[in-house]
Amino acid sequence: MAPKIPQQSPLQHSDTVATAGGIPQHAAHPTGWRRWVLTTNHKEIGTLYLIFSLTMFFVGGIFALVVRAELFQPGLQLVEPEFFNQMTTMHGLIMVFAAVMPAFTGLANWMIPLQIGAPDMALPRLNNFSFWLLPVSFTLLLSTLLMPGGGPNFGWTFYAPLSTTYAPSSTTFFILALHIAGISSILGAINIIATILNMRAPGMRLMDMPLFVWTWLITAFLLIAVMPVLAGVITMMLMDINFGTSFFDAGGGGDPVLFQHLFWFFGHPEVYIMILPAFGIVSAIIPTFARKPLFGYASMVYATAAIALLSFLVWAHHMFVVGLPLVAELFFMYSTMLIAVPTGVKIFNWVTTLFRGSISFESPMLFALAFVVLFTIGGFSGLMLAISPADFQYHDTYFVVAHFHYVLVPGAIFAIMAGVYYWLPKWTGHYPNETLAKWHFWFSVIGVNLTFFPMHFAGLAGMPRRIPDYALQFADFNFVSSIGAFFFGASQLLFVLVIVLCVRGGKKAPAKAWEGAVDLEWTVPSPAPLHTFETPPVFQSTDK
Amino acid sequence: MHADQADGVKKTVTKTVFALVGMFAFAFALVPLYDVFCDITGINGKVATTAKRAIGEDVNTDRFVTVQFITRTSAGLPWQLSVESHQVKVHPGQMTEIDFLFTNRSQSVSGGRAVPSVSPSAATTHLRKVSCFCFQEQQLQANERLTIPLVFQLDNTLPDDISTVTLVYTLYPLKESDEKPSVAKNMNNKNQEI
Repeated sequence: MAPKIPQQSPLQHSDTVATAGGIPQHAAHPTGWRRWVLTTNHKEIGTLYLIFSLTMFFVGGIFALVVRAELFQPGLQLVEPEFFNQMTTMHGLIMVFAAVMPAFTGLANWMIPLQIGAPDMALPRLNNFSFWLLPVSFTLLLSTLLMPGGGPNFGWTFYAPLSTTYAPSSTTFFILALHIAGISSILGAINIIATILNMRAPGMRLMDMPLFVWTWLITAFLLIAVMPVLAGVITMMLMDINFGTSFFDAGGGGDPVLFQHLFWFFGHPEVYIMILPAFGIVSAIIPTFARKPLFGYASMVYATAAIALLSFLVWAHHMFVVGLPLVAELFFMYSTMLIAVPTGVKIFNWVTTLFRGSISFESPMLFALAFVVLFTIGGFSGLMLAISPADFQYHDTYFVVAHFHYVLVPGAIFAIMAGVYYWLPKWTGHYPNETLAKWHFWFSVIGVNLTFFPMHFAGLAGMPRRIPDYALQFADFNFVSSIGAFFFGASQLLFVLVIVLCVRGGKKAPAKAWEGAVDLEWTVPSPAPLHTFETPPVFQSTDK
Repeated sequence: MHADQADGVKKTVTKTVFALVGMFAFAFALVPLYDVFCDITGINGKVATTAKRAIGEDVNTDRFVTVQFITRTSAGLPWQLSVESHQVKVHPGQMTEIDFLFTNRSQSVSGGRAVPSVSPSAATTHLRKVSCFCFQEQQLQANERLTIPLVFQLDNTLPDDISTVTLVYTLYPLKESDEKPSVAKNMNNKNQEI
């Protein structure tokens, strides 16, 4: 199922070697498995990231289906509660750190050099290293499920002291795995910043960059700012568990609430790390298929930056019930609501781009449009959760689960799928099978809503999250959710089928695969040759 | 890559690495900063862990404040902590003494510590503990019972909207490693000296 980079014609290849004279690593091409393990090419590394992410999407998805199967009806049927807790925890960890984040990094690797007219990433060897850390990290994390005492069972937020004093003995491995994944993200972010700031085509100013590049630049800064904080928190956990310190142990003078402050100081920017690149993808696709320039380019950039800055000031809205003083409840409530303003600017701009556009509904556009609608639903439930007094009712219920799945599944993941369908012609030289892609889209939209919409009602009625059993009155909602989850999960096999078919053949795509596409990636042939832009392209600045 | 590009990349990488190291250090700096912040504002319900002098101020007999006591034991320590009365009514400014009974229900000697917490947190800075068992660790012989008083005073500036103050004491076992000072503990001690 692994998509391969299409064979390069000998002519392109010898051209490449000739023009890359003096850079020895370009002349030597290892073959077979060594080609993939040793590659420093941004396109091959991007492909590796995307394959890894898709694999982990299915691993995390299977964990979610274990959860949904157990919740299909009330009572304990299939798994032990202890294993159920490991499944909810692993589902969250895998989806956040191994599926969504690497998918965006993969898209960044593939597309940022192409979109800014650079021959490769700034630090190609580091790029190889950051990718190969990921399989190491997640093999380690998944192996904890087989260890005595089981894997992490304390939720993906791993609140101390549940994750320290009361944690299974495999927690040290969990911490190491997260450290490695964090280093991978950090190195990826350094590489992306260095590439964007230094390797743009001559004449391309920052305000000329495509929005996917802009949103990734801001995301990379967020990663630089908060991944070290995560590293700090898990280091403190490590010391509490193994070296007798008491950072989070009240008995030794520490404070468990401090853990939550530190975690969410990382955690809230982290959720924007998972959505800002999605904004960038959608901002590329909607103008292409509406055949109009993006409305309000500059305001999009400023809105993204504003969201990123505000993300540092809202963390305690995850902690409204820990006993914050009234002033803090008010501050975090209002600052959280303030984020709706720049986000609203973005939604407004997308809708205005569509207004009187000459719209066609190919599969990337369908996913992008579903993103706008369904992400907005997730945004609204976020606003409801921001109301501090109301949050006392919603906190830790399925309403929260519904909220963040709406922003992550039809939000981040739909945007990734939209991006994959949008750029597949550039990657493989073939259009994806449009009929199958449309079936995939409609099954996904129906599956997502069937799964997550009833969770709003179950949550408002008081069903707590992270439990293997529930009161009888929630049975109908859970029944629907579980059917939707299996439907959604199964329909993702179509996604794999479309990708495999597209790699193997299909309608040939020209360099400019979509009529309304404007960015630099559409000036190189489809499929994109292994080496592109070795002489920088001439960039004509247009006033966006 | 051109030479000027390579220079630029080097500069960018240096700057981001500095930012990384800075943020990692910042995460650890937040631990003492958090304690200092909470000490000053009292917003996490942590009270001073050293005795305060009683202040001789007028007892405001027009106002009653209910003070509740909650005691909790934790896993790993076979002790019981009880209080002579779960609730007392006091006037602001009035000195109050109340007895707490520690019982070791095991057949061996063990050590423990009662960690206090105050709710609502706004009352924290208005609670003056003249004497409290929570200032030290306790050692109890097998089946020993020990009565230790708590002497406290709520000052006159206690905000008017607070009519109930809850004092929670949670027992924690002394860990082996607590013999040696730990990082977090050191940081805590330093803050108290400030």
